[in-house]
Amino acid sequence: MALLPNHAREEMDRHHFHPAVFFLVPLAAIFLQAYLPLRFPRFAVLDLPLIVTVYFAVSRRNPISGMLLGTGIGLTQDALTHLPIGINGILKAIVGYLAASIGMRIDVDNPGTRLLLIFFFMLLDSLFHLAIVRLLLDMPMEWHGLHEILRAVVNALAGVILFAVLDRLRKQE
Amino acid sequence: MESFYSRYRNVLMLMAILLVQVIGLAVQVRRPATAAGRDGTQVRLIRYWVVGSLTPFEELFLFTGHGIRGAWNGYIDLRHVRQRDQSLQTEVDRLRLEQASLVEDVLQNQRLQALLGFKQQYIYQTVAAQVIGTSGTDQSRVLYIDKGSADGIHADMPVITPDGVVGKIRDVFAHASQVLEINDQTSGLGIILEKTRLRGILRGNATGQPEIINIPSDERVQSGEAVITSGGDQIYPRGLPVGTVERVVNDPERAPYVAILVQPAAKLSRLEEVLVITQIGSALPATEESDIVTSEQKAADVLAQRLPGADTGTTQPAIGPHGKLLPAQNPNAPPPPAQPTPSLHPDRFTPGATPPATTLRPGARYSRQIFPAQSASGVASAQPLGHPAPLARRKYPPRKPAQPAPAPTPAVAAPVAPVVVPPVIPLAAPAAPPPASEETKP
Repeated sequence: MALLPNHAREEMDRHHFHPAVFFLVPLAAIFLQAYLPLRFPRFAVLDLPLIVTVYFAVSRRNPISGMLLGTGIGLTQDALTHLPIGINGILKAIVGYLAASIGMRIDVDNPGTRLLLIFFFMLLDSLFHLAIVRLLLDMPMEWHGLHEILRAVVNALAGVILFAVLDRLRKQE
Repeated sequence: MESFYSRYRNVLMLMAILLVQVIGLAVQVRRPATAAGRDGTQVRLIRYWVVGSLTPFEELFLFTGHGIRGAWNGYIDLRHVRQRDQSLQTEVDRLRLEQASLVEDVLQNQRLQALLGFKQQYIYQTVAAQVIGTSGTDQSRVLYIDKGSADGIHADMPVITPDGVVGKIRDVFAHASQVLEINDQTSGLGIILEKTRLRGILRGNATGQPEIINIPSDERVQSGEAVITSGGDQIYPRGLPVGTVERVVNDPERAPYVAILVQPAAKLSRLEEVLVITQIGSALPATEESDIVTSEQKAADVLAQRLPGADTGTTQPAIGPHGKLLPAQNPNAPPPPAQPTPSLHPDRFTPGATPPATTLRPGARYSRQIFPAQSASGVASAQPLGHPAPLARRKYPPRKPAQPAPAPTPAVAAPVAPVVVPPVIPLAAPAAPPPASEETKP
């Protein structure tokens, strides 16, 4: 993982996207997440909204925008469930903030870095989810460590592919 | 102060956003609209917006896919259709025969339930719906269907497939509804095991498999036993298939109780169409009654084709207003019980000649004319006692008339009212035996 010095933040290019991309891509990710498991039940193991949150956060390298985008995606996800609204909102806000903060320091264009990044954030998301559901909501939830690790690996592999696809949406400057 | 804010702006923003959402969570958990924690009559605005904006796209994708698949299956991929049609027709004939043989059991069950005052619930009306989406997360096992309040859907309506129970309606939107599946951790379904009659509550576990919780460890439950709804939750009608017992596992959270893992009857991960039960009644629906009649007729036709010499009893069975088969027209009625051959010279030992014991008085004499055999209506007419009539044919010498009975008390001396014998409703009424007078004619 290539670490960048602090003074390199200003030197790094922030990737820019068309404004519609920030709206349509997360919406498409949420839509596919809700629709595809009907046809392909195995697809439910993926977390496309989280991958999209991480991608835009590390690309923009702005913690506030990453946090706001994550909050919006998470609240939209919550609206599709029957659970209290805010669980995924909190999770994605934290993930967006941390991903943008890390994106300022490391080179996120490297596929290996992306793989580790998504793997790490998937596990973080699962742990925070467990904490929120058990501690804040006092609801029963079981934790299967091996399942979560495997899920993180699958998402990391899928995320690397999805990151490469989303790179094509960048504006060329 | 300004430098502090500019320095920690990102962190402060994060804290503020998290705080707002935590407060929002606390409000939702602290003040659920109902005891079940549902959103209540007014669905939250954000939920309404998101569902309203996503479901049209899901329906578009779904119907596009169905159109393509329908065109392929209906116009192009038609190989072996004729053979399949023939095999299905054979299957339909076999099922009709099976159904006809089960009709009697069903009707008898209804009569017994009516006698016991048991209120069986029947599915009167259902609405077919397409499954158009999911929640997209394993923590919330809900489905979205393309029918909503505009189609008469309300919260807590059961959702089923022909295979088994799927769940119940939770939130209702204008043209979509949210279905909480039985394998969600927050669901609850009253069930009963078919053989052991063990009752319990079924819900989902963390992996999305239904399980029956709080089962005493000394219960002997075998895998493969059917699980059906008990009707005790006042949501699902009694007797719907839920699944089969897979295995019994220890439940560390509720020791010493165990949990029974259940294999759901409905394919919860591959649902395309479901039925929402919108009306439940306590009598057999008219459509099912007509189906039974049609099935009887068809079964008779099939029998006539296969066994030309058999008496198929093609007369259509008449079914009463509450599903009771009228006895005189019951084609599947068992043969009448064996009747003794009518005697040429009936005497007091002839079956039916003896009056009921309740009408006898000590010291009184009787004759067949006084106590005729009970009519089919169950009403036996009785003559006043103390008015003997000579027997028609006596084999023994006539005896002296009996001494008149001592003067009865006025209450006893009054004419005896006709004795009303409660009518016995036969499960399958036997045919009336021919009258003896005709048999005795030369």
